[in-house]
Amino acid sequence: MIEVQNLSKQFGAFNAVSDISFTVNKGEVLGFLGPNGAGKSTTMKMITGFLAPNSGTVKVCGSDVIKSPIAVKKSIGYLPEGAPAYGDMTVVNFLKFVAEIRGFSGAEKTKRIENAIQKANLEGVVHKTIETLSKGFKRRVGLAQSILHDPPVLVMDEPTDGLDPNQKHEVRLLIKEMAKNKAIIISTHILEEVDAICDRAIIIAQGKVKFDGTPEELESLSEYHNSVRLRLDGYPSLNAENLLKRLPGVKKVEHVNSKDERTTYRIYGGEKDLLKEVSRLAQKEQWVIDEIAVEKGHLDDVFRQLTTEQEAEG
Amino acid sequence: MSNILAIYKREINGYFATPVAYVFIVIFLMLTGVFTFYLGGLFERGQADLQPFFAYLPWLYLFLIPALSMRLWAEERKSGSIELLMTLPISVTQAVLGKFIASWLFVGLALLLTFPLWITVNYLGSPDNPVIFSGYLAAFLMAGAYLAIGSCISAITRNQVIAFVISVVISFLFILSGFPLVLDFFEGWAPQILIDAISSMSFLTHFNTIVKGVIDLRDIIYFVSFIGCWLLANVILVEMKKAD
Ligand SMILES: Nc1ncnc2c1ncn2[C@@H]1O[C@H](COP(=O)(O)OP(=O)(O)OP(=O)(O)O)[C@@H](O)[C@H]1O
Ligand SMILES: [Mg+2]
Repeated sequence: MIEVQNLSKQFGAFNAVSDISFTVNKGEVLGFLGPNGAGKSTTMKMITGFLAPNSGTVKVCGSDVIKSPIAVKKSIGYLPEGAPAYGDMTVVNFLKFVAEIRGFSGAEKTKRIENAIQKANLEGVVHKTIETLSKGFKRRVGLAQSILHDPPVLVMDEPTDGLDPNQKHEVRLLIKEMAKNKAIIISTHILEEVDAICDRAIIIAQGKVKFDGTPEELESLSEYHNSVRLRLDGYPSLNAENLLKRLPGVKKVEHVNSKDERTTYRIYGGEKDLLKEVSRLAQKEQWVIDEIAVEKGHLDDVFRQLTTEQEAEG
Repeated sequence: MSNILAIYKREINGYFATPVAYVFIVIFLMLTGVFTFYLGGLFERGQADLQPFFAYLPWLYLFLIPALSMRLWAEERKSGSIELLMTLPISVTQAVLGKFIASWLFVGLALLLTFPLWITVNYLGSPDNPVIFSGYLAAFLMAGAYLAIGSCISAITRNQVIAFVISVVISFLFILSGFPLVLDFFEGWAPQILIDAISSMSFLTHFNTIVKGVIDLRDIIYFVSFIGCWLLANVILVEMKKAD
């Protein structure tokens, strides 16, 4: 439903976004990741028709954002970065304004507004002036505004930024629930969020796509992916490391540390049943296992690796 | 059309949700009173008309209207709400018109509230009421011209003070351009046709004819096309500068 092709944007001589392409289908939640200044917000502004790209095309539900901006804007719900709103309006008047512009009137308008207020948990503040609200509530007003017309496409720039843990959870549930019949793009700095709600992740840095795939694929890029962490009681002999190394498929054994009467190893292999092999060995050698687990991979390591390598080259 | 109406409603409510509306109307009424009665000497003139009121109006507008118009777009850009507005399914033209009409009708309301002046002159004598009506028409049209300049200028900056100062200066030029002082500057080196063009650009020239009671279509066309041109520039500027 969202097709982005070779999108580029320059500010003066500076390339904020260069040659980004991707598509998002119905039922998909795309997570946009990248360091500060990577070009996430700039890309979203181009998708929603706020910024004109220098080159490339954006199509939303079949309409081109340059040729038919109104049609595109009708089918998008957009939560801009920082959730700007009209500070001098009350929450309910602001939502009324948005509903009117979205073409609702009468009972339908009232119903839509009530629904949005309920979904964004704004019941307690409907008659408060927006500028007097706390940061998290302001963001929820932005959220309510973006889902009011039940759009087929949602673009949300850091939707959970500034929310308390309960609200973060609520908003993630809401996004997941809406995902079934929408195409959704969210940007976030919270890596766990990608795991929790996204079907796909794109990492951009310096305006370029560094990664495009599922969160699982992202995890598998981690050097820790599928490695086994083994913590033993006491200090086994040095031979333990050699024994572990000799297991089938093991590429490397790392002695992480020995402290508090415990010794931790990390065994790299990549084979599926490494865990079984390791625990069988431990049984045979009569090691007392304190903890044993397969690591999924550290997203923040992968993130750092993907977003900083280019700088080293250039 | 319904989009223009929605923008218009939001703007008008915005005036009254903040002290802007009350401060503007109170100051406007106080100053018109001062200008008309003290400086203009409404009573001393011994004539039942509102000429002193209309004579000072262009100068009153010069400072009050840019103060009203400076926030139209500068504030949207400063607060970032322009990103919200421009990603709603409306055209820039609709947004510009909705905001402009709201501010114009608001000044129209302020003008209507000067009705005690009209009652006073009718109480004191028997004024030529059609001329007074014509004067109010001129005052309303000229307010639109000032607002169109102010709205357009407010789109070039996110700083309201800058918007105010530049709007005052430009409006001032459009008042002055009918004055001999300015025309003398062009005399001698500029072709006559340009001088005539400059003088006919002045608000005052057109305002004064309508105030005298002569409703000439050309003067109306002047104001309407003046407003149209500045609003067109306004649309283009918003389009260009919205994301800066
Ligand atoms: N209007 C503008 N004029 C000039 N440069 C701009 C403008 N808008 C953005 N930039 C630059 O473009 C780059 C990308 O900005 P963008 O806001 O897209 O980053 P981001 O990925 O959203 O970062 P963050 O995680 O901090 O929100 C930044 O270096 C920023 O300074
Ligand atoms: Mg951003």
